[in-house]
Amino acid sequence: MEETRKERIDRGLKVRTEGIYAVSSFEEIAYLVGPRLLLIVGVLLLPLVLELAPYWKRVVNIMCVYALLALAFDFLANYVGLVCLGGALFVGVGGYLAALFNVYLSLPFYLSIPLATVCGAALCTAIILPCLPLRGVYFAIVTLMYPILFSRIFEALNVLGGTNGISGIDSFPSEYLEEYMIIIAMLAALFGMRRLVSQDVGLVLRGVKDNDQSVRASGISLTSMKCLAVFIAALMGCFGGAYMAHLYMWAGLSLFALDFSIIPIAAVVIGGPGTLVGAVVGSFILVPLSEFLRFFGSFRIVIYCALLTGFIVFKSEGLMVYLQRKYHQFERMVKV
Amino acid sequence: MSETILLSARGISKSFGGLKALADVSFDVYQGEIYGIIGPNGSGKTTLVNCITGFIRSDDGEVFFRDEEITGWPAHKIARIGITRTFQIMRPYYSLPAFKNLIIPLWSPRAKKYGGWRGGGRHGDRDTVAVDILEEIGFERDSRVPYKLAATLPTGYQKRLELARCIALRPDVIFCDEVFSGLSMSEIAGMIPLIEKLKMEGVTLIMIEHRLRELFRVADRVMALNFGEKIAEGDSSEVIEDSRVREAYLGNEGV
Repeated sequence: MEETRKERIDRGLKVRTEGIYAVSSFEEIAYLVGPRLLLIVGVLLLPLVLELAPYWKRVVNIMCVYALLALAFDFLANYVGLVCLGGALFVGVGGYLAALFNVYLSLPFYLSIPLATVCGAALCTAIILPCLPLRGVYFAIVTLMYPILFSRIFEALNVLGGTNGISGIDSFPSEYLEEYMIIIAMLAALFGMRRLVSQDVGLVLRGVKDNDQSVRASGISLTSMKCLAVFIAALMGCFGGAYMAHLYMWAGLSLFALDFSIIPIAAVVIGGPGTLVGAVVGSFILVPLSEFLRFFGSFRIVIYCALLTGFIVFKSEGLMVYLQRKYHQFERMVKV
Repeated sequence: MSETILLSARGISKSFGGLKALADVSFDVYQGEIYGIIGPNGSGKTTLVNCITGFIRSDDGEVFFRDEEITGWPAHKIARIGITRTFQIMRPYYSLPAFKNLIIPLWSPRAKKYGGWRGGGRHGDRDTVAVDILEEIGFERDSRVPYKLAATLPTGYQKRLELARCIALRPDVIFCDEVFSGLSMSEIAGMIPLIEKLKMEGVTLIMIEHRLRELFRVADRVMALNFGEKIAEGDSSEVIEDSRVREAYLGNEGV
């Protein structure tokens, strides 16, 4: 038998380095635009398709919130080197602030959500600021602790509604606004982050991950760069939180639930760390899956765990890393 | 070389627990000279650089730059006033292509302040500037080298990249922490003109070296350290003849 081996060849589109393409035909344009368009159009069509199954529309909304959180986690962990488990903190702070703005100051939703996003991100950055010199697992633990701390404080002091939470928040005037708001925000965040990490500022942030000492030696303050990164990530998380508060018309301690910290990590692991789009794809798989598994009752955790383990063992690089590699390369068998 | 003192360290001391890494080291560096720091392994050379450039805090002593006291300033602030350093263990940004490595120093406030061809403009001109600097330092523009990932570059190029990262900041002082170590003779022969060119451009260089022969070719003055203490200072010929330096390098019997 003749021996053959698999040969992989890159498509000749990239010039010298990442991010510079030489495009010479419509085919090549389609090749580049295709996957992006598929994602955008697919997500935009979701609410229309799901007219048939209204319950799943809610799932799409939550899915997008998780996608935002996963994007924030992927950005912080794989581009800036801060393993931040503060998803629940971002959601909680954003949600409670939106509730305060809406209920106590009676601001309409189109003011309370942006205000809660920006103020919440600033607040989260200020809270995390003292622990920025920490690295790796130490930073992760501190950020994991904050949401627990907050919910215990609210519970013990019975402030901001205590265990009952704050109810009576305005909902959105129309269902389509409710859906497209979060979908467009998610897409904007995805493509915005992709752009950001290849800009000069983004390169500096990536430098912080690769070699923080060199960044210091280049005359750039590490603390201010990390602050910037946390602020950007917190913007996404707080928007998700503020949106959820308006969606459920209620802000309570469950906004600080650990799910918001843990599921995004699982989503990033499944989707492919460091690809950004992987974070979105991962949460688009995990969140509907966990909804679907509700039919199995308490057995769902077992199935969920088995699936996660399977992914980690058999496709540890992540779905999107694998797919992107396949997409960008030809494969053929050649004689040895 | 002029007679103005650019950088002056007074009585720098540093202990790590019970180990005295630096004991009362003082020296002056004149504007535009190449100042060598030599000493056996563990004599405190790199610790001295770390103390002066703000990467670790010295226990005692003062550092003056252009008559301004910079003791205890954070590292990024010291880099901003024009004192940069290379690292002995090369620290490129591994996941970025070589020319993108330079975007980071070019983005810093100091490089932005200078603007012009080296600072980069508003709209991504930094890439061009980065490739220009790399070409100056010996990366051929039309080869693939400047566009390769920094992690895949050979040692010689990574050392050059360290130097390029300093040059991108348009520094007044560069601390070169063993730029020659780990390089072949031909690679060193390629580095020496770069050092001399920097000197001609008016940059003050402080070079820490183990490769004495190459250092003495370029250095104007040399200081020798042993067990954290300054044991000799002066012209390279004076220093190499000094009995304490010989003892430090060769041991007692050699003298």
